[in-house]
Amino acid sequence: MTLVASAPEGAAQDRVEIAIATGLAFGYPLPGGRRRDVLRGVDVSIAAGELVALIGTNGSGKTTLLRLFAGTLPPGAGELVLFGRDAGTWSRMELARRVAVLPQSLELPTGFRVGELVTMGRLPHSRSLFGATREDKEAVERAMRDADARDLATRYAEELSGGERQRALVAMALAQEPQLLLLDEPTLHLDLAHQINLLETITRLRRERGIAVVAVLHDLTLAAAAPRVAVLDSGQVVADGPPDDVLTEELVRRVFRVAVESLVDSTGRRRLVPSIQPLDPGLPAAG
Amino acid sequence: MRATAAVTPRSLVGGPSLTKTGVVLGGGLLLVLLAGTVGLALGSVGVGIGDTVAILGHRLLGLPAQVSWSVPAEQIIMEVRLPRVLTAMLVGGGLAVAGATFQAVLRNPLADPYIIGTASGASLGAIAALMLPAVLPGLAVGAASAWLGVGVVQVLAFGGGLGAVLLVSAVARAARGGAVTLLLTGYAVSSVLAAGVALLMYFSGNHLGSIFAWLMGALDGAAWRNIGLATPLVLVSLLLLVARWRRLNVLLLGEAQASHLGVDPDRERLLLTGLASLATSAVVAISGTIGFVGLVVPHLLRLAVGPDHRLLLPASLLYGAALLALADLGARLAGGIPVGIVTALIGAPFFIWLLVRSRRVPVAES
Repeated sequence: MTLVASAPEGAAQDRVEIAIATGLAFGYPLPGGRRRDVLRGVDVSIAAGELVALIGTNGSGKTTLLRLFAGTLPPGAGELVLFGRDAGTWSRMELARRVAVLPQSLELPTGFRVGELVTMGRLPHSRSLFGATREDKEAVERAMRDADARDLATRYAEELSGGERQRALVAMALAQEPQLLLLDEPTLHLDLAHQINLLETITRLRRERGIAVVAVLHDLTLAAAAPRVAVLDSGQVVADGPPDDVLTEELVRRVFRVAVESLVDSTGRRRLVPSIQPLDPGLPAAG
Repeated sequence: MRATAAVTPRSLVGGPSLTKTGVVLGGGLLLVLLAGTVGLALGSVGVGIGDTVAILGHRLLGLPAQVSWSVPAEQIIMEVRLPRVLTAMLVGGGLAVAGATFQAVLRNPLADPYIIGTASGASLGAIAALMLPAVLPGLAVGAASAWLGVGVVQVLAFGGGLGAVLLVSAVARAARGGAVTLLLTGYAVSSVLAAGVALLMYFSGNHLGSIFAWLMGALDGAAWRNIGLATPLVLVSLLLLVARWRRLNVLLLGEAQASHLGVDPDRERLLLTGLASLATSAVVAISGTIGFVGLVVPHLLRLAVGPDHRLLLPASLLYGAALLALADLGARLAGGIPVGIVTALIGAPFFIWLLVRSRRVPVAES
């Protein structure tokens, strides 16, 4: 599985910046005028064609950062530039034509077929009052194919398994034809074959259409396959770069508070493996 | 890997097929015409179906006809029954579309057009108007209604309904909440207004009968002037609602996903509930509070044609119109009881059935 985009990293003059966060901060208001600070000065930039695996512990601010990139949360402090303009100057509809989000969880309404749900992803581009344009049809067809969801087209949302739902949601996001794709735990519920298929699709879309992808991942093995890994810890980016530089035993121990072992696989690549002791069988003591 | 499904995604992208759309909307139109004709022909004085059609053709379309009917028959059809049937259709269609809208916007299967205060606001206005001669001269309102050519009751009911919704929306906005806040605010404000209604009824003395009749929904006051004023309000709001079918569909995905797809959920909710409330207030003003149509018709249609608002809203308009015209016919044949009693008698058992099988109700719960 090769996920490195065709554009070599470090070709700085070719970078087309899609999102640039500088000192970006955000806190959720709490009752009593207090505030729960989630992001505390994030500096990160994402260029066209890039894939950034965003990792961090629960509550480290990964989802909040995605929401800010999607423009559904206003920056509390600092600066966020999306597609060359301050994030606050984009209308919701303008952003929806450029940014698609695969949310962590989504309650799907019953009674709709997957094909109809995926078509809803075309709303930001819709130009016909009641029907669908040729571009709509082609985009939906393509999105269903890319998300490996074509076999689900006529199934009802309420009949889908967790993994089938996830493929339908990926198709809905791809139907938006975004330039920036934000994936919150995209491999959730997917079996191994579909996980790999999704990552390969993403790689192809980056190469063919220059889509930038930010994916929140929990599986460090998957994250290590991405060309770039950014680590969020307590609302700040504490490491950002190629996986071999970022995913060190020391960092994983410090951020995730778990011990890992560094192994070298048969292809010579270094892999981090959490040191999990075999669990106690837990059988009641005899006697 | 499974073989490609029988229907390709291509055919789902374009929405319901032309055949399905044609059957659903054509059937609805046919039902409206049928209910209209039967509603005109039947009543305390029977006019033959043939004569009814001939009178309509002669008077409305200017078709030449051999006058085979009596003058009173023509007067009954044109001056009494036609405005009444058309009012029933306008009210039924308007309530059904508004109900479908509220169910989607609030993501609540139990929502009806009155859920955020329209009914209690309109009731308070109408009852104040019914008691007005006893309480106040009400000069300004009287002058306004005289200028419009409609009753003080209609003017105050419309103002009360819309005013209550504006109040509820303003409070919900100040509370910076979502659909659930709007729902709860609507409930709270409705309760206050309903207390006002109860208080007025308690002191209403000999007005109680007319107040009660209004509250149960009354179509016997139907008049061309009222239809003329309410129709543009209702039709314009309904057309604007139907045109927003994509946004209504997307709101069913929840506020977060709606906003990822470019829809500002707060603004959209305000706009959609505003349009639906405008239609509701206009029909409540000319008919009183008729229950169940706005709740039942959208649910029936969702089960029959699916949840896509592109088809659901126009279908609600047609089937809601036909249903209330038939219910009103039933009310008239039952000796002129308020139509609200008929819709409740049919609607309540349906409502119970709905609750029993609520797992199948195709609107996500909030």
